[in-house]
Amino acid sequence: MISAEVCLDKRGTWLGFKRLLPLSMFVVAFGVAFGLAAVQTGLSKSEAVLMSAFVFAGASQFAALELWQEEIPLLPLILTTFAINARHLLMGASLYPWVRQVPVAKRYGLLTLISDANWAVALQDYRQGERNLGILFGGGLALWVCWVAGTFLGLILTQGIPDPKALGLDMVLGCFLLTMALGGKKDLRHLVIWSVAGATSLLALYLLPANTHVVAGALAGGLVGAFWLEDYNEPG
Amino acid sequence: MSPDNALAAGGLVIAVMTLVTLVTRYGGVFMMSFVPINKRVEGFINGMSGSVLIALILPMAVEGDLAARLSLLTTLLVFLLVKTPLPAIGAGILMAASWRYFF
Repeated sequence: MISAEVCLDKRGTWLGFKRLLPLSMFVVAFGVAFGLAAVQTGLSKSEAVLMSAFVFAGASQFAALELWQEEIPLLPLILTTFAINARHLLMGASLYPWVRQVPVAKRYGLLTLISDANWAVALQDYRQGERNLGILFGGGLALWVCWVAGTFLGLILTQGIPDPKALGLDMVLGCFLLTMALGGKKDLRHLVIWSVAGATSLLALYLLPANTHVVAGALAGGLVGAFWLEDYNEPG
Repeated sequence: MSPDNALAAGGLVIAVMTLVTLVTRYGGVFMMSFVPINKRVEGFINGMSGSVLIALILPMAVEGDLAARLSLLTTLLVFLLVKTPLPAIGAGILMAASWRYFF
């Protein structure tokens, strides 16, 4: 822990950057995969790099490639992008108790780089008492730099790239997030919340429109959390 | 379509995606600023944040191949055993890669 009070500084940002750097190395591999796929789909090199730099959300970028054609349908693009990225709404909300304590410009500046991995790390840290928002921001920077650099590499490397899946790299994020989940509390209440979230996400996967399962599962788990309150004698 | 138009169309797509994604990145915190924080809201947020992880991971396991499932299972077991993330993640990836190589 480096800050007991909520703040955003260079030291925390650097720490966050270093913490997410090992994982970001794998993000490079996915950036390469995206760059390759983008060029094969027909995006220009500048479009591929700009998309990674501005959108910075891998799953929705791959989904956009599927929609890419001469006339790209705008409404499906908006809906797909929103559905895949709607989990950010929940991730941001979960950090609200901490980010609300910094001025608005900083608050939304930080959130520009929120992504699965740095959110999970930051939330775990904040629950353990860390208050430096640089963890989130620096972690996001590491992921962003590697995502964009990977995309660029994917454009210039045209052969000799091993299939990330054959190396098991498609499982990096899943395994990483799993350790984050397991690092949290494991009591009956959490087990029930997780079971409800898991069951709902699977039902949504088969019954609800595509890409809504993460939000559906998370909201269901949240509702259980709202009605089954924790016994309070711990620091928030 | 001339190359100029194509670039504009691509640029439009990127702009739209950027905007939509920023709405999702900012929207949660923005909405929360109108919600009074009480114990129920706190319970909701806490329950929801762990649930995001589960709702991401479980469908990954169900929709993935056997290697993906074994990989997550390996990470789970190693993490419970050694209680540190890096060896658990490493073991999971190794499992996926070697399963796909050998089978």
